[in-house]
Amino acid sequence: MAYSEKLLDHFKNPRNVGTLDKNSENVGTGLVGAPECGDVMRLQIEVDPTTKKITAAKFKTFGCGSAIASSSLATEWLKGKTVDEALAIDNMAIVEELALPPVKIHCSVLAEDAIKGAIKDYQQKNGVQTVESIVASH
Amino acid sequence: MGQRLIYLDNNATTPTDPRVVDAMIPYFYENPGNAASRNHPFGWAAEGAVDTARKQIADLINVDEREIIFTSGATESDNLAIKGVFEMYQRKGNHIITAKTEHKAVLDACGKVEKMGGSVTYLDVNREGLINLEELEAAITDKTVLVSIMWANNETGVIQDMKAIGDICAKHGVLFMSDATQAVGKIPVDPKAVGVHLMAFTSHKMYGPKGVGALFVNRKNPRVKVTSQMDGGGHERGMRSGTLNVPGIVGFGKAAEIAKAEMAADAERLSKLRDKLQNALTSMLEESYVNGSQEHRMPHVTNISFKHVEGEGLMMTFNQNIAVSSGSACTSASLEPSYVLVALGLGDDLAHSSLRFSLGRFTTEEDIDETIQKVAEGVNHMRDLSPIWEMYKEGVDIDAIEWSEH
Repeated sequence: MAYSEKLLDHFKNPRNVGTLDKNSENVGTGLVGAPECGDVMRLQIEVDPTTKKITAAKFKTFGCGSAIASSSLATEWLKGKTVDEALAIDNMAIVEELALPPVKIHCSVLAEDAIKGAIKDYQQKNGVQTVESIVASH
Repeated sequence: MGQRLIYLDNNATTPTDPRVVDAMIPYFYENPGNAASRNHPFGWAAEGAVDTARKQIADLINVDEREIIFTSGATESDNLAIKGVFEMYQRKGNHIITAKTEHKAVLDACGKVEKMGGSVTYLDVNREGLINLEELEAAITDKTVLVSIMWANNETGVIQDMKAIGDICAKHGVLFMSDATQAVGKIPVDPKAVGVHLMAFTSHKMYGPKGVGALFVNRKNPRVKVTSQMDGGGHERGMRSGTLNVPGIVGFGKAAEIAKAEMAADAERLSKLRDKLQNALTSMLEESYVNGSQEHRMPHVTNISFKHVEGEGLMMTFNQNIAVSSGSACTSASLEPSYVLVALGLGDDLAHSSLRFSLGRFTTEEDIDETIQKVAEGVNHMRDLSPIWEMYKEGVDIDAIEWSEH
């Protein structure tokens, strides 16, 4: 299978790999997937309490190249966005940007779920009404 | 690109030996005849070449040349053996015994037999990848016509106790078939010595060309017959019709001759390189596990799981120039990892984390040294990216986590 240049670049030079303090009030953590399925994604955001903008996004992913590239791309897109803007990120945009083949679309779905999971965690910590049941199951 | 390519996927297919290619060339040009043309020199030359190849192949496995049926490959041979025995021996019974770790060609042929009214028992294997002989014997009924157990496994290289299985089959008067695709030409394989009555194998796993294989069918004590699955001109004693692939068969024969002469030296050299690779990786990288028996194993194969690293992603770190394969099946719609490794009792997570290294005649020590370095770098890189590796390092019980997806 031939992968796109963008995908290979995100795989070889992943952006924003790392860990934020999950106990911080300003940090939201999304952990999705399962080791048995071959994909686990952890995506974290740090939100500025005054501007409500995402100032940092970090990820770690256990998975194939497409899963790693999808999460790397997601963290790039998250930085500088408000929480509401971040909620609008759609998995198909990731599919398009990385030219994911059909068998790898689930990687982009996982990345969208991880974004929504991180936002939900942040909102719960900060007493904001959460977006219900956004984390789809498949 | 521009990097040296390293091929450690010899269980998928082997490169054709240049000596084999040289032997084949005349059968495209000077001798283009059909081996079934009995009335002119072109046909005679082709027939003579096929006879020679049949003898070379029979000699490799110590059988009579009349017991070799040429096919298009091991998949066809497996199908011919399983469906052919099932149809031929219907009056005796309809039950077949095989194992869960068999190749898909055997499992899917057995599946077809079930659809045709047969019943099939799929034996479990232990952590070593070996079947339990008592379970095998207990599974045999008066309806059992065939036991089909592979000689060596394609993913792990694990070799079954063929003699013990053959003895059990003989004791109960049941035919014994083996898919020996991964074993023939690599280790000594003598079907008659262990009581195997039908044996499938192929040219392209032993440095011959693709598109040609064989089924050994025992001729005496017992005289085994299979119902043909391909009807036509009655070639191959009526068991497999179709014009013989003369250049392919010539190449297969040459490959068998070379294997007979060089197999022992190849195996000795490759087992040392394999051990070097395995020992280096398992000692450099914590939480790495060799899958399947190391005692009963092909000399050129090792299958290793690197915990908390996904195999396909790992391969992407070095697959620009190093070819191996993984038990992870991230590309399949089901997301299920290797059924062979799962049958060994590995969790799905460890099965997803596996790489199979299969060395071959053209593997060099330089290849192994570079592979050790690149794989170790890849595993470390992927672990730096892995959230479950981080959790493991922090002492989090990963099994206790409620994962969001199953």
